[in-house]
Order: sequence, then C-alpha cells, then structure tokens
Amino acid sequence: MLRYSVRRLLGAIPTLLILVALAFFMIRVAPGGPFDSEKVLLPEIEANLRAAYHLDEPLYQQFGRYLGGLLQGDFGPSFQYRDYDVTELIMAGFPVSLRLGGFAMIFALLVGVTAGSIAALRQNTRTDYTVMSVSMTGISIPNFVMAPMLILFFAVYLGWLPAGGLGDGSPRNLVLPVIALALPQIAYISRLTRGSMIEILRSNFIRTARAQGLPERTILIRHALKPALLPVVSYLGPATAAIITGSVVIEQIFSLPGLGRFFVQGALNRDYTLVMGVVVFYGVLIILFNLLVDLAYAWLDPKVKYS
Amino acid sequence: MTHWRLGTVLPILTLLAACGGGNEFDAGSAITASGPIGGDSGTELAEVQVLHWGNAADPQTLDPHRGEGVPGSNVQRDLFEGLVNEAPDGELIPGAAASWEISADGETYTFKLRPDARWSNGDDVVAEDFVYSLRRSLDPATLSRYTFILNPILNATDIASGERPITDLGVRALDEYTLEIRLENATPYFLGLLTHSASYPVHRASIEAHGEQHTRPGNLVSNGAFQLKDWVVQSHVQLVRNPYYWDNDKTILDEVFFHNTEDKSAEIRRYRADELDITYDSLAKRQLPWLRENLPDELVIAPYLGSYYYGFNVTQPPFKDEPELRRALALAIDRDIITQQVITAGEISSYGWVPPVNGYVGQQMREASWTQAEREEEARRLYALAGYSDDNPLVTEIMYNTEEDHKRIALAISAMWKQVLGVAASILNQEWKVFLDTRNQMIDTQVYRAGWIGDYNDAFTFAELFQSGGGLNNTGYASEEYDEFLRLAAVEGDLLRRAEYLQRAEAVLLDDLPILPIYFYVTSKLVKPWVGGLSSNIMDHNRSKDYYILKH
Repeated sequence: MLRYSVRRLLGAIPTLLILVALAFFMIRVAPGGPFDSEKVLLPEIEANLRAAYHLDEPLYQQFGRYLGGLLQGDFGPSFQYRDYDVTELIMAGFPVSLRLGGFAMIFALLVGVTAGSIAALRQNTRTDYTVMSVSMTGISIPNFVMAPMLILFFAVYLGWLPAGGLGDGSPRNLVLPVIALALPQIAYISRLTRGSMIEILRSNFIRTARAQGLPERTILIRHALKPALLPVVSYLGPATAAIITGSVVIEQIFSLPGLGRFFVQGALNRDYTLVMGVVVFYGVLIILFNLLVDLAYAWLDPKVKYS
Repeated sequence: MTHWRLGTVLPILTLLAACGGGNEFDAGSAITASGPIGGDSGTELAEVQVLHWGNAADPQTLDPHRGEGVPGSNVQRDLFEGLVNEAPDGELIPGAAASWEISADGETYTFKLRPDARWSNGDDVVAEDFVYSLRRSLDPATLSRYTFILNPILNATDIASGERPITDLGVRALDEYTLEIRLENATPYFLGLLTHSASYPVHRASIEAHGEQHTRPGNLVSNGAFQLKDWVVQSHVQLVRNPYYWDNDKTILDEVFFHNTEDKSAEIRRYRADELDITYDSLAKRQLPWLRENLPDELVIAPYLGSYYYGFNVTQPPFKDEPELRRALALAIDRDIITQQVITAGEISSYGWVPPVNGYVGQQMREASWTQAEREEEARRLYALAGYSDDNPLVTEIMYNTEEDHKRIALAISAMWKQVLGVAASILNQEWKVFLDTRNQMIDTQVYRAGWIGDYNDAFTFAELFQSGGGLNNTGYASEEYDEFLRLAAVEGDLLRRAEYLQRAEAVLLDDLPILPIYFYVTSKLVKPWVGGLSSNIMDHNRSKDYYILKH
C-alpha cells in the first residue's frame, strides 16, 4: 500500500510538469497582457514594469525561473494585486473554498446516499418516484440558475439568510452556497446509490443473509451499504473536480473570496502568476484526491489489492 | 431502471417555472424599516454609523502612487487627503493645505499646510512629507502609471522617464508647514490634479520600515478621515475612523466597508437584502426597467464625465480618406432611440466629443440641431456621394468588448445603418484585453466601440486623446490643425483663450469625424433611503466623511 502510494506520487510528477508547462505557455499565448489597459503607459515605465516582473526575459528563462520558484514553494508576486504574493492569495482563498467544497461534499454524500438508499428500498413506490424526480430536476438545473433563485427566495424575499459575502464569517453565510453547490451532486449520488443498491439487494449474498434470518437493518447497514457505495466512491474523484469547477461559479454568485474567483479574475486580468498558482494548486489537489479515492476503494472492496 | 410518471414531474417543473422570473418577488417586503427613516424629525442619526459601498472590484493596491482603476481610487480617497480636497459638489476646497497662493504668472504655487494635520499614527503632516511623496510618485522605481497627472510640475516629465534625478523636481519645503510647487507653464487645472491619488502624501517612515508591505492592515499609515482596518481580497476593505484626522469632529461614520461586487446581478441582490447601502456607479441596464418600477426612490442617476463613442480606423479602407462616409454613418443613427430605448439610464445623446466640463463650451456636429429626418436625408446623400448604393453597399464590422450593454448598442446601430443606408454591418465581440490589443494594432478594426472617462475636470483630458500618435488614439487620426490647437492651449495662461483653442480643436475633430459620438455617460446607483449626505458631482468622487446613516 505504501509502495503503491509512493509510486503513484512519483508518477504524478510528469503529469504536474506537463500541467505547469501547458498553463504557463497557454496563458502567455493569449492576446493581451497584464499591463494592457486604457491608460497608456510611458515606454520607460512599461519597460520598468516588465523588468520588475521579469517579462523582458526570453520565455524559456521565465519558465525556468518559475519552476525554480515552485520548487521552493514560491508562486511569485501577483500582477493584479500588487500588494500580495500569489502564495498569500492562495492561502487566503483556499480555506474559504475548502470550507465551501468540503461542506458541500459531506452534505451531498449524506443526503445523496440516504435518499438513494430509501428510493432503492421503496423501489417503484411514490417515495421512489419523488426522490428520483427531484434528483432529475437537480441534475437538469445548472447551479447558476439555482443559486440566484435560492438567494431571491431565502435572502431577498424571506430575509432568513445573507445574499452573499462572508460577513463576519459565521456559518450562516455558507448555508446557501453549500446547498447550491451540493444540489447537482446530491442528485448524481442519490441516483448512483439507488442503482447500485437495487442491484446489491438482489444479489446472492444478501439473499443468503435474509435466509439466515438476519434483521433487515443489519443486512442493510452491515452487508449491503458497503458494496453499494463502491460506485459512489469511484464517483468521488469526478465529484471533487465538479465541486471545484462549480465553486468557481458559486463563489462568483455569492461573492465569496475563494480560489475559484481568483482563478476567473486572474484569467481576465492576465494575472499570469495568479492563474498559474491556482492551476498548480488545484492540480496537486486533484491528484492527491484521486489517490485517496483509490486507497478508499481498496479498503471497501476486498477484491481490490494494490501492491 | 427508473419509471417516470408525468404526474410527479409536472408540478415541480411548474413550480420552478414560477420562480424562474426571479425578479418578480416583491422587494418592498424585504425592507424591514422599523419606523420612519431618520426618526420623527427625519434627521435623527442611527446608533450604528457604518456604511457599506458596492465597489465593483478589489483595489489593485492601496498604495496611492501605484494604483490604477476606480475601485482603488474610491478607497484611497477615504484613506488619504491631498493638498486640495473636493466638496461633495465637486468644488475644490482646502485639504491638507489650509490655504495657498498662486504667483502672478501662474507658475508658482505656495501652500500653507494645516498645523493640526496628523497621520493616523499621530505624526504631524509636514511639508517634507509632500516633497518626499511627489518625488516618490514620479520616481520610475515606484512603477506608477499615473505620472502624467503630475506632468505640469517643473521637470516632472524628465524625472518620470528617468532622465533626471528625482531631486530636480520643482517641489520644495520652505519651512515645516510651507510647500512651494513650481510648474513648467501656467496650468489652470493644476489644483484639481492635486485631488488625484498620484499627488497624495504617503508616510515615509512606514514605507521605509515595511517596504512593499506598507499597505497591509496594521502597517498602512494614512492622513485621511479613515484608516485601514482590514482587507480580505475578493471580499471587502474595511476602514475605521482616523481619530487624528484634523477634521475628525465632523466625521460621522465610524466604519466604512468597500465590498467587492464584480457580479452586477449579485450586487443588486445583496443591495435588496440590505447588505449594501450604495451600489457601484453603473447598474446593469437590463435591470433598470424593473428597478424604476419597484425601487423608484432609491435609483439615483447623475451626469458623469464620460463620452461613449465609436472610433473609425482611418488608416485602412473603407474609412481611410472618407470623411463623407464617416459623416453619413454618424448622421444615420438616431441617438435618442439609443439613449431612451436601448440603454435608458438617462444618458445624454451626444453630437460632440467633450462632455460638459468646467469653463468650456462643448462643440457639436453642425447637424446637431437638425431633425432626425433631415439628418438621415443628408446621410443618404453623403453615402451616395462616397460611391455606395443599394447594389454596392458598404460592408463593415463593428467590434466591441464583450458586455451585454455594448452588444445591444452595436445591434441597434447596425440595424439603423441597415435601415437608413443599407449598410451591411456585422458585429463582433472580443474579451476586454484581447479587444484592447486588437484595436491598438489598427489592422483588423474598422469600427470599434470605446468610451472615455475624464481623469480630471477639464476639457484637455478629452482633447489629448486624439493627438497624432497618441497612445489611445486608436483611430489613427492625425491632423496638424488639431495638434496645433492643442499645443497652443497647453501653453496658454489665459483661461478664456485656452478654452477657445480647445473648442476650436474639438470643432476640427467634429469636421473630420474620425469618431462617431453616441452619448455622454451618467452614473446609476441604488441608494438606501437612510443614507444621508448624498450628493453628486460630475467626477463621481465621493468621500465617506461627508456621509451618515439615518435612523431606520
């Protein structure tokens, strides 16, 4: 297991290198630069600015410099937020995104698995249809539609929850964003759980357990749930990616100062270092998470062995 | 695997459809004012004096000499105070300087600083602070983008380009509280420039102690009515009262928040949920009809020092050496339809380039007083004169930066051209930075969308845009006559004659029409009824120290 993890991590290095290189050159190929604006700069001042950010060096040299910085954990200074380093901005934005994404994931799993299991147990009943139609609606409505609707209803109309921002940092501010971000995932997860649960409930070992006269609750929780969760677990990798991309939209709509907004604004402002920093950071995060998912898989399914 | 029954799905869809037009919720019920605004007298102050501004984006920096963009300026205006300040109506009033004298030739200014002015750490604000700050602002090492604001000061241009040492700047401290500034030439609008962030004083000791980090909460020392408390990037900047400010007794607000509201729809939702007291300077035009109907008393529209126009690329066909064709296109559009039906905030249809500014008579295209029918008649005549007809129509392209309002205007204009002249104009949008790049190259552009907000309240900030070879002159227009009038104006000390030169320059521009004027800007904001001290000025410069919160 340990050897497997180490091997996977080493294997991730070339992936990361390709990611860094692609991102580095692609954003520089994009037309427009960080210092373009409607105010025209004196040539001397523009030269000074470019020199201060090493943009006057040849590209390969800039790339080398960037890699060198990365090895020391230095993402460089932000072009847009001139008072900050990218590392600082990521450290400021990540906790917000982590809380938002983490809660959304936990919420999605709890609600999704519960609803899916209930639907499976009450297959083809009114409960089943209700759960499944709600989840179908959840999948169909994009979160940039759902989020403003939630805000209008709960913040503007009822006045129960804040419409945006972090406010004083109380959990109230995260309720709506977490729900909006989790809804599509709840939908997917409940459908996945329902499908695999139905299949498991029909399998031989469950029938054996029933024949032995085990109580239904034990059968469900001890025997059926674990194998039924396998597809859900393998979906966790894509779900993380979906939550990360979803948070880009949700953070914008709810004015939350998370990484997703840094990413979008960074791209619009041609803030090379900030965009690179977020890409690399998310890249590492997704690679790590995929590894965790594979390890969890081995724990859940005795048939899977890594050596 | 799943069995659908229509009966379960339909009610949900209907419910969702009902919520879909989300804006239809009754906003009135969201405002939970307890009793009349301002108490019984109407002027009673609220106990909590905190103001929440919607401020579009984050400041790029809080260093006044390195900043760019309106959001940053808005915050810096509360943090710092220049020698000269602005009253709420935009009139120039004493700031850090209590008074000043201008020499007879208009080239030397002597400022008497306030002996009671203090930095937010209690230090005195002295003349040397301004010497240090103005030099720093121009020092190429500071990387300022606004050095041109200080160009009128003696040797400033050479210092900004690194050709002279910063100590050569025509600024010196005569004694602790007397500052002398010498200019290259008499510059009538110089005092107004001293309200710009490039001329704000900065605190030398804290810059030397903290370097790049001097703008962080806890490090930043400022001399304005407020000081920095906190800055959460992408969320908000929080300021609190500066107890050392010389006029602190008159400051009513204790705290001010500048919220990042990059998403205009989110901004309106947050405003309606009472999380913002004032929104940023321009609301999404699409929302205006709804706001006018539902929050009519909170919608505040005011003139703004900006000009919205289309530029013709006069270095390439089809617009090169074709003034008649350009005039035909300029006459064919009905500006009143654009301002009254397409964007509707109350923008002013424009037939000239310079919006109303101090001491200047704006020029207009000679057809400005005609009826639209007459203009269209003339447009058709000129169009035919330029050699185009129904069989041989002009084919062109309007380029604009991606934004809904620009798109609507571009669509309207291309439709008007089609209808009146038969022009086949396609429209194309590009993302902002790509657009800036494209239009600057003057190769692919034919007609491009542009707007200009004045840097200071004087016609020159508009006039200089179309100098030959000017960095923002993306039309490629080059007129010796125009340039000559600008040169004359730049060295003219007599205000009236100077204005006349600039007016004649504008007349030349409107004869040649490298641009197609469309409208003059207005600001449109939502303001809560309990915000007191609201006033407007053409530059939309607001200072929180003039505001207060009424009881509500």
